[in-house]
Amino acid sequence: MHSQYQRSRGRNYEAELQRCRPEAALVEFGDYHPLKSIMVTDTKTRRGARKGSTSSSSSSSSSAPLDPLSSMLDGTDPLSMFAAASATETPAMSHSKEKEEEVVGPDFESWSLKRGEILARFTTTEKLSIVSRRDKLFCYSKLKDPGSSAVSEKVRTRLEELDDLEEGSQRELLNLSQQDYANRIEELNQSLKEAWASDQKVKALKIVIQCSKLLSDTSVIQFYPSKFVLITDILDTFGRLVYDRIWTMCSDPRPLPDSFTVDDVNDTAKETCLNWFFKIASIRELLPRLYVEAAILKCNCFLNKCGIQETLPRLTAMIRGIGDPLVAAYTRAYLCRVGMEVAPHLKDSLNRNFFDLLGSFRQISSESVQNQLVLQRVEVPEYLTLYSPAISWILQCIAYRAPEPLLTEMMERCKKLGNNALLLNSVMRAFRPEFVAGRATDFIGMIKDCDEAGFPKHLLFGSLGRSVACADPPESERLTILNEAWKVVTKVRSPQDYINCAEIWVEFTCRHFSKREVNTVLADIIKHMTPDRAFEDAYPQLQSVIRKILTYFHDFSVLFSMERFLPFLDMFQKDSVRVEVCRSIMEVFIKHQVEPTRDPVILNAMLHICKTMHDSVNALTVEDEKRSLALLIIGFIRMVCFGRDFEQQLSFCVEARATFCNLESVMVQLIHTVNQLAMETSRVMRGSHSRKTAAFVRACAAYSFITIPSLSSIFSRLSLYLLSGQVALANQCLSQADAFLKAAVSLLPEVPRSISVEGKLRASESFLLDFINNFLATLLVVPDHPEHGVLYLVRGLLNMIQDYTWEDNSDAKVRVYVSALPLLAAMSQETYLYSIPKVDSNETLYGGDPKFLLEINKLSETLIGQVLDHLKGLGRDEATRRQGALAFSLFGVLLAHGDLRNNKLSQLAVNLWNLSHKHGYCETRVSVSSQPISQKIRKPDMFSLTFTK
Amino acid sequence: MSEMSVTLDIRLKRANKVYHEGEVLAGVILLVCKEAMQHHGISLSMEGLVNLQLSSKSVGVFEAFYNSVKPIQLISSNIEVAKAGKIPGGKTEIPFEFPLNTKGNKVLYETYHGVFVNIQYTLRCDMKRSLLAKDLSRNCEFIVHCQPQKAKVVPTPVKFTITPDTLQNTRERSLLPKFLVRGHLDATNCVISQPLTGEVVVENSDVPIKSIELQLVRVETCGCAEGYARDATEIQNIQIAEGDVCHGLPIPIYMVFPRLFTCPTLETTNFKVEFEVNVVLVLHDDHLITENFPLKLCRI
Repeated sequence: MHSQYQRSRGRNYEAELQRCRPEAALVEFGDYHPLKSIMVTDTKTRRGARKGSTSSSSSSSSSAPLDPLSSMLDGTDPLSMFAAASATETPAMSHSKEKEEEVVGPDFESWSLKRGEILARFTTTEKLSIVSRRDKLFCYSKLKDPGSSAVSEKVRTRLEELDDLEEGSQRELLNLSQQDYANRIEELNQSLKEAWASDQKVKALKIVIQCSKLLSDTSVIQFYPSKFVLITDILDTFGRLVYDRIWTMCSDPRPLPDSFTVDDVNDTAKETCLNWFFKIASIRELLPRLYVEAAILKCNCFLNKCGIQETLPRLTAMIRGIGDPLVAAYTRAYLCRVGMEVAPHLKDSLNRNFFDLLGSFRQISSESVQNQLVLQRVEVPEYLTLYSPAISWILQCIAYRAPEPLLTEMMERCKKLGNNALLLNSVMRAFRPEFVAGRATDFIGMIKDCDEAGFPKHLLFGSLGRSVACADPPESERLTILNEAWKVVTKVRSPQDYINCAEIWVEFTCRHFSKREVNTVLADIIKHMTPDRAFEDAYPQLQSVIRKILTYFHDFSVLFSMERFLPFLDMFQKDSVRVEVCRSIMEVFIKHQVEPTRDPVILNAMLHICKTMHDSVNALTVEDEKRSLALLIIGFIRMVCFGRDFEQQLSFCVEARATFCNLESVMVQLIHTVNQLAMETSRVMRGSHSRKTAAFVRACAAYSFITIPSLSSIFSRLSLYLLSGQVALANQCLSQADAFLKAAVSLLPEVPRSISVEGKLRASESFLLDFINNFLATLLVVPDHPEHGVLYLVRGLLNMIQDYTWEDNSDAKVRVYVSALPLLAAMSQETYLYSIPKVDSNETLYGGDPKFLLEINKLSETLIGQVLDHLKGLGRDEATRRQGALAFSLFGVLLAHGDLRNNKLSQLAVNLWNLSHKHGYCETRVSVSSQPISQKIRKPDMFSLTFTK
Repeated sequence: MSEMSVTLDIRLKRANKVYHEGEVLAGVILLVCKEAMQHHGISLSMEGLVNLQLSSKSVGVFEAFYNSVKPIQLISSNIEVAKAGKIPGGKTEIPFEFPLNTKGNKVLYETYHGVFVNIQYTLRCDMKRSLLAKDLSRNCEFIVHCQPQKAKVVPTPVKFTITPDTLQNTRERSLLPKFLVRGHLDATNCVISQPLTGEVVVENSDVPIKSIELQLVRVETCGCAEGYARDATEIQNIQIAEGDVCHGLPIPIYMVFPRLFTCPTLETTNFKVEFEVNVVLVLHDDHLITENFPLKLCRI
């Protein structure tokens, strides 16, 4: 037994552990287990098998909350559900959808994609105008009403004029900006819908005719493709309205089946439909007549089975009457588009359109076109590119799932036209990349044969590059292709044209060649883009080059051994872009660099990149940005490993500290890295340091010790001091450990009463209490410093706590005292609960010296005294709830750690028990579980019989 | 005042309102009123008329046979639908039938809306009411198509060539720019329900083409043995080419004959309705070149 001074209960930790260890119980498969709901694996199937006949739906629903993430990836995530919903929502235009889907699949690039591209690409700053001439739209208009046939000619004209006036209040809108123009068109679209909704069908038709007439106006020609898009939107709306109207006329008494035939359509609907066609057939001008009839092409299916089949070739032929080649090309594109939507199986008309286009190709160089270009000051190459969307669209329709021989035939036809560059370009863009890539060498030949005038060759090579970037040409030809292409690309004068083309070819190069070729390409790009700082206008393309390289090169030692890679990065001189590029490189690095590395090439380059990111941080950088940059840099630091060369690793950390000093979380990471390094050293030395490694771990400690003060977050500093102290202790660096812990203690008064957590101001008290408890647990194994007194650190800590300015009305200080009691109890044991190998704790230093124990007891008494004083104070302040809780916690500590055979102590415990229950605030659940024990205290003999050795 | 809310309508059985001689014109009279209503009898009359009008320029000259321009009645019939009484509130449908039979040697010409000649068939429903309420009446035109022609129509293509040399009534032929336009109409004896078709090719032209148009013309003749007035007016003008079209590329000629405004070519003792088509070439210098083709329209 212990001496009389012993107030703490003697403990046999080993035996207690044995007693406390719970019986290992296997969980049966069907049993409840709290973690079971998050067990994923294959429970579903197994369970189903065991349950046998029980309905599978119930078993799957019980295992439904398996894993929220995997269930998201089931293909039924909200986004794809939206997409699916909107796909089925497409308006009634697609009543016979199923039929179409057999012919047109999702691999057909939809018009909606193309549409946006065109609008973005063909823009103008010129002023536009909408001029609607006062011509009669129809050859006859008012005669139809038999009642009015008596009205005189004069009155009739006046009525018509009035009618015209109300439908478009302005006849001539000049000086419109592009946006005004688009808005005006949208207004027309709205008034079309309104007219339709208010049953003014003729007015609706007039609006559509006026709109299509705008398409014969080619002034501000560079805007024409976009104008086409805007106006055909209106035509689409009209087509849909007419179709839906007639469709609903047939849906009485029950809706038409999706695959209806002419026989299902009633006479009234047929007559209405026929009326539309007669009305449209009498539209005076050719272009509106063509467009409007094309817009309601689908309605032919109400009239007869082969209506569409007969109409398409006729409309195709009628387009020949359009003199302006650009207007004609776009009309063909529209007809092909409608044809693909309504009757995709009718390929002949598509081909016919293309052949007619070829047939009238010479129109492009006709005198009237040339005059127009001179008048509008538009260069031929720019003019030719205006055709691209239309021709590409037509070719895309033709090439869609077309048999190889047809494509070959098309190609031959183009060749016959003297390898017209514009056509060739469209062929390369519209035909399957596999087709083009397979004949890449042929295409290069054809591109070479094209006449230089007109269409720029770099555009041709750009289109070819796009094809070979996603489909592979024959292996034997690849190098020749690259050489041939680059020969042309490198000669492009304008940096903008050059980079647009080069950017495309980078992908092909990366896909098929080694770093040597890519390096050459990079060198060439640098050479072209450096003069006059041309790179400043090409950041998006240059970024795309980097992206492509990163897609194909994941081995960073290869990547950084490209000599021109870093110089290439130097072209990104605008801060925001440079950081973005670095960030993208880092993201790929973190994703793909699996093995830690010590490759000096990688390290140098990455340090450079990380430094760039770090240096972008300034006073204005937002917290989120800092955090994400820091995360990327940390990702890099964690990937650096010099293996057994610990000193190298440490000096890397020294360098990194100097480089990344502005990012606090990187600093924190570095300290962790160094601590880890020290522990790793210890592991390698199996705990016994040599002189050299001892010096090294001290160096590690020194690193942490001088780095920690530079952190601004006080809790980071505190916890790192503690952690580093523990590491130092584990490495037998006693004085360093002492210094860390002392530093932590002396930092405590600086802890502010509130700190900012995720942007919100919160009381720091709970964080502080957590830290102190953690700290106390460490103090058990820290041996007293020979030059300072007994329990020097414990006293120091308690003094700091005594002096700290706690929140008013807070029991925090006393709570710390209560939690210090178990430490003191543990310190008085003969054998400590835990210890650090090769470090003598106080148990060995003092060997149970009574003076030491006396010291502990005195300290304990002081603490208990403080607590009791505080309890009294609470009684006075009527804070009985707090009093009860605090009394109970002290009771708990005494019960667990005190030697209750000591009468004074057991009496105190009983008093505390009573105090805690005096006001009935004590949580019954807790107190009930401890009640038997409090009863045992009253019979100390029994108690001692049970609990002492 | 509830009587004001009555509506009277004539609904024909056929959605397209097209009938032939010898057929039965059938339909319903539709009465909709909120409450029961008193009336003094409902009658329905059917009439087919040819209205002839003299153009202002010929009126002076032909005043002498003014009489001959009074309307010609082709068919007329009258029935009492309901005797004076009460019709119940709500929707009332009263069916009717008229056999389209002519008297004597009269023929039901095809419906035609022209300028000087109008052939029109109407149904007229009258409801007589008490003195306080206005009488109600409703007109409804129905369409008569003449009997299909028995003889077979054999299309005879007509080729044409237009050059400065082929032109008539031009004073200064030498001032005209050079051009050569060739083409053909698939037929000039046309079936009215089928489009006029053909092709036109601009082989060459010194001056760019501005437009190529098809002008459909009606030629209406009113008169008799004593004298007559003949007027040609435009029915419709359809553009088939716009701008400087590609030379050597055939451009389709395609025109749908408009309903009501065309009818099978008609020749009677009192009037004639004939049709022509002009292929109109507009050059960029606004020269207008017209090639005329008389058409014979028929129904099969």
